[in-house]
Amino acid sequence: MSADGTALVQVRGLTKSYRRGGQRVPVLSDINLDIRRGDFLALMGPSGSGKSTLLNMIAGIDKPDAGQVLVDGVDIARLSESELAAWRAAHVGFIFQFYNLMPVLTAVENVELPLALTSLPRRERRARAETALRLVGLEDRMTHLPSELSGGQQQRVAIARAIVTDPTLLVADEPTGDLDRAAAEEILGLLERLNTELGKTIVMVTHDKRAADRAHAIMYLEKGELSTAEDVAERSVRASRHA
Amino acid sequence: MTSFLKLALRNGMRHKLRTGLTVLGLVVAILSFGLLQSIVDAWYAGADRAAANRLVTRNAISLVFPMPINYREKIRAVEGVRSVAVANWFGGVYRDTSMANFFPRFAVDAEQYFAMYPEYVLNEDEFRAFLRDRKGAVIGRKLALQHGFRIGDTIPIQGDIFPGNWEFTVRAIYDGAEPNTDTSLMFFHFDYLNETLKQRVPGRADKVGVFVVAIEDVGRAAEIARAIDEQFKNSAAETLTETEKAFQIGFAKQTEAIVIAVRFVSYVVIAIILAVMANTMAMTARERMTEYATLKALGFPPAFIAALILGESLAIAVIGAAIGIGLTFPVGYWFAAKMGTLFPVFGISPQTVGLQAVCALVVGIAAALLPMRRAARVNIVEGLRFVG
Repeated sequence: MSADGTALVQVRGLTKSYRRGGQRVPVLSDINLDIRRGDFLALMGPSGSGKSTLLNMIAGIDKPDAGQVLVDGVDIARLSESELAAWRAAHVGFIFQFYNLMPVLTAVENVELPLALTSLPRRERRARAETALRLVGLEDRMTHLPSELSGGQQQRVAIARAIVTDPTLLVADEPTGDLDRAAAEEILGLLERLNTELGKTIVMVTHDKRAADRAHAIMYLEKGELSTAEDVAERSVRASRHA
Repeated sequence: MTSFLKLALRNGMRHKLRTGLTVLGLVVAILSFGLLQSIVDAWYAGADRAAANRLVTRNAISLVFPMPINYREKIRAVEGVRSVAVANWFGGVYRDTSMANFFPRFAVDAEQYFAMYPEYVLNEDEFRAFLRDRKGAVIGRKLALQHGFRIGDTIPIQGDIFPGNWEFTVRAIYDGAEPNTDTSLMFFHFDYLNETLKQRVPGRADKVGVFVVAIEDVGRAAEIARAIDEQFKNSAAETLTETEKAFQIGFAKQTEAIVIAVRFVSYVVIAIILAVMANTMAMTARERMTEYATLKALGFPPAFIAALILGESLAIAVIGAAIGIGLTFPVGYWFAAKMGTLFPVFGISPQTVGLQAVCALVVGIAAALLPMRRAARVNIVEGLRFVG
């Protein structure tokens, strides 16, 4: 593992439930998790297990009912909406399943977009966006609109957008869910490179075992509880003995 | 700022047909509003042109009832009155009853009348020729241009209020001293009308529609008006004397219900386009909820999202307003020309243009309010899951 041993993300006693049709449905209960700086963690679990909810709270786009989410020592659950927005802009890079690019902006303009929230001069912003696009191998597609790019290329633009601010943490929600195998492999390779070469801490939610296998560690979420691959294997052995 | 402008402007052009149709709707609304407001202004233009030193005396019951001609000398004798002139609405039909051939005709005491109206600028020689010719007529420049009348031409009029065939010879053409002077009128000698009536229908002779009264001191207008009316109290034809402005407004007020309706319709048009525009912006914002959620996730504040929608709405409103206001001038003057002399002084005032711009601005802002509120408040997690 390339992680340096200190926990970048510390999740403590995290609880979250949603209200559906007047009833409170628990999604996560008393979750504890440490993600080390430079780690590449895959979160797996069946649909509705709460893995995206956990990712959203680590990324600061959702708030827990109880518990703490400490990222680099900051309890983000206690931040106000505006503080949280500023924190996300500075510390989190998002990679979505459906890329979520602005369709009216070119690849380079999309990548440049998060830098609009910084005080960098226009020329510097453009230079950084171009560097990020070169890093993901899209230097020849800078002026293309998303509609002129393949799914894999769009996701690479989204990754460039995610890293252009040099964030502390990259969160990827099913980054290969909308891609064919070849494109998915490219994206996973790119994420691996970002982790190993640039030391980016990555938390990825995925259904795909092959994608998860590219991570350093895999955690499973089921019925609101978090477990490691070893825990899952042990449970499976115990279950077969009882049977 | 550049990212904001790029997004707002390019978003506006995303659905070219929808944006185009909305802009077209705005153009039609702003144009209609401008035209209707200008028609209302033209309706009251007479009152704006009225001079403060002129009074108008009419029958107290109604304008349609005449007064005896001998009132002229009695009014002239009132202290503070400088001069008095008869002005009789003649009516009649030139060629046919279409609006294109309508123009106001008045029988007046020529010398006294034109002395009271310095805004009608006459060539001295032509005016003398008119005074010499009992059947002579003075016409305005706009009327002359509209019908191609020249000095010496005969204008045949079929009488209606005053039956019979009447012929007038153009002896003078007047210009307006001010841009808003009405130059679509025709004047001829009251004596010609009165003497002809004496021969044809003696019972209708020596009757007058209104007296125009020039006074020495504007400050004494109310006092002089009272003094004039006092003279004819308890007579068969009591009078009502008022300032020319009040007379003109009173005349316009006879059709005030129509004017109010026109004004109301002009604002209804704006309300309709507001609804159309609000619908466009609501659809637009709904379709882009995932994008707004993404922007918020990236750290953009709610105010940025709201400003994006407002910017797009204002851009559409400004384009629609610019084209609409630009078109108001040629369409307005074309419309006024088609209406002949119905609106003798027709213009698109700066106030009308200002109102058009304000209406477009209000539409642009109001249409964006609800979508702005909704988009700015979008929950990021729900917005990212949103399927528009």
